[in-house]
Amino acid sequence: MSEAATTQIAVPVPPKELERIPLVQNNRSFGWISDRVSAVTEGKTPKWWWAAFIPSVTLLGLLGAMLFYQITTGVGVWGNQHPTMWGWDIINFVWWIGIGHAGTLISAILFLLRQRWRTAVNRAAEAMTIFAVMCAGIYPAMHVGRVWFDWWLFPIPTYQGVWPQFRSPLMWDVFAVSTYFTVSVLFWYVGLVPDLATMRDRAKTRIKQFVYGLFALGWTGSNRNWSNYEKAYLILAGLSTPLVLSVHSIVSLDFAVSQLPGWHTTIFPPYFVAGAVFSGFGMVLTLLIPLRSMCHLEDIITMRHIDVMCKVTLATGCIVSYAYLMEFIIAWYSGSAMERFHFMNRALGPMWWGWFWMMFCNMIIPQLFWFKKVRQNLVFVFILSIFVNIGMWFERFVIVVVGLYREFLPSSWDYYKPTWVDICTYLGTFGLFFTMFLLFMRFLPMIAVSEVKGVTAQADPHHPAARGNGGKH
Amino acid sequence: MSTAARAYGVIAEFDNTADVLHAAEKVRDAGFRKWDVYMPFPIHGMDKAMGLKNSKVGWFSFIGGVTGYTTGMLMIWWMNAVDYPIVVGGKPMFSPYGAFPPSYELTILFGAFGALFGMLFLNRLPRLHHPLLKHKRFALATHDKFFVVIETADPKYSETETRKLLEAAGSTRIEMVEE
Repeated sequence: MSEAATTQIAVPVPPKELERIPLVQNNRSFGWISDRVSAVTEGKTPKWWWAAFIPSVTLLGLLGAMLFYQITTGVGVWGNQHPTMWGWDIINFVWWIGIGHAGTLISAILFLLRQRWRTAVNRAAEAMTIFAVMCAGIYPAMHVGRVWFDWWLFPIPTYQGVWPQFRSPLMWDVFAVSTYFTVSVLFWYVGLVPDLATMRDRAKTRIKQFVYGLFALGWTGSNRNWSNYEKAYLILAGLSTPLVLSVHSIVSLDFAVSQLPGWHTTIFPPYFVAGAVFSGFGMVLTLLIPLRSMCHLEDIITMRHIDVMCKVTLATGCIVSYAYLMEFIIAWYSGSAMERFHFMNRALGPMWWGWFWMMFCNMIIPQLFWFKKVRQNLVFVFILSIFVNIGMWFERFVIVVVGLYREFLPSSWDYYKPTWVDICTYLGTFGLFFTMFLLFMRFLPMIAVSEVKGVTAQADPHHPAARGNGGKH
Repeated sequence: MSTAARAYGVIAEFDNTADVLHAAEKVRDAGFRKWDVYMPFPIHGMDKAMGLKNSKVGWFSFIGGVTGYTTGMLMIWWMNAVDYPIVVGGKPMFSPYGAFPPSYELTILFGAFGALFGMLFLNRLPRLHHPLLKHKRFALATHDKFFVVIETADPKYSETETRKLLEAAGSTRIEMVEE
């Protein structure tokens, strides 16, 4: 039926107001989608890739040097000092793990909600999750001081016969974060299998054929396999949804289960999860806006995708703003002098600037996303997404440092300052993150090829476009 | 077709989703058992067109989840209340509330492993070799073409009749695949 490709078929046109913007623009064919996405991994490495990769690897080296210095010298090289015993280490842990949450939200929750636009961004967002959790994981592992005893965190028998203490939320966190990392990797890998088969079948060299073929597990695209595959994918999405909600809830319990004013509050779990999704979408936008034009993926990651992600950022930004204001009301209503003092100190104390940046970046700046003109302007969206990342860092700064530096006993009060090691370690985690991400996009399909094919009009056998073997090549 | 190699089956190529879906319905109605449809992405309604039953992956995941929750609860109870009890803040040695978060995470972890390994087991993956992967047109099954393959091992298979059926279904190209 190859003539069908050239003949125009009469398609009943729906009324203008009911027309949906197609997810893949310009009526692209199935083959075009695999060609365009694979092109990022094939051919000569572009110059901009090297221009991004070399600084990233340098920063990764800096991370290695900082961790070596910290391990061989001790946690004293960080700015953590009584009473602020949690400093940049825990701020950055929560910040990175929060960024990870958008990936799981896109891949799992939006899948269950049948938001088909997710297919264009889920692969890159899931990769972002995995790399962000890797960066996050460094901090709790390192801040214990004697990292060679980290295995005591896991229920492994030691010579003393003591077991981990499961009444502590810090132990819950170990289970939450390690499960989160493992399940995110599984979910990502299961999604990759059909695309790895595409890469295997396109590969020109023996080495590529072998490596992609090995990881594609012998996938043939048989419908008997797809049937089990789709069920497994649905179940993984169903499991990841309560997982992602629980992980940041448990991270928030690290704070909320303690007795400190500003931390001991029941609003924390939902507020942390909303903040995590907010920051994660900020990072997805920061990554994908440059990538879609560098890799010429404008027809797959369309302006509609950017628009929808801006709206999610706005919605979650409003939830966190509500939580910020509600915390003040709770403090006032509680009648507790300590709570009231903490919140007055948060807004008006010596570290007022932390609170100011948090409110400015997370509450005021996202309000610009109400305007369609802003959501359609990529430069504007990119800048705003960076503000979101900064704002969410300050939120964790306010919670961790401002929550600690003026404790119950005024004689213990002290100002907190990070050291150069804190700053360089943080910069180093960016090196790890971007090195991993750049390697990912160069060697693996950064768009879920098979899923994007599945959401085009011609993929639906009952759609008139299906007959046309449609699309431009 | 070479005479030395045994035939694995007949492979019929289709250009679009509508044609392959209707072809699958015809093959199903003809009563074939050992056959499959190969495609770059799952086509909605193909399970019904092939007459497949609901996938059993859910059971593997369910068993994984139950195992995870039980493991978590029993592990924490045994470690903190039996093997080495330590009083912390006057709290009970074992409480299902404190033990819940890690057990919840283990439920998800084991459930996810159940889904993954259940899927691989049911699909008989990983496998290093498949007769179809040697076929030169078959690489397009992960690109933009759709294939119906009927194995010669099927009791209803007949070299002429099966080919006719696939031709009638609108295949653009029908070939034999070697073992």
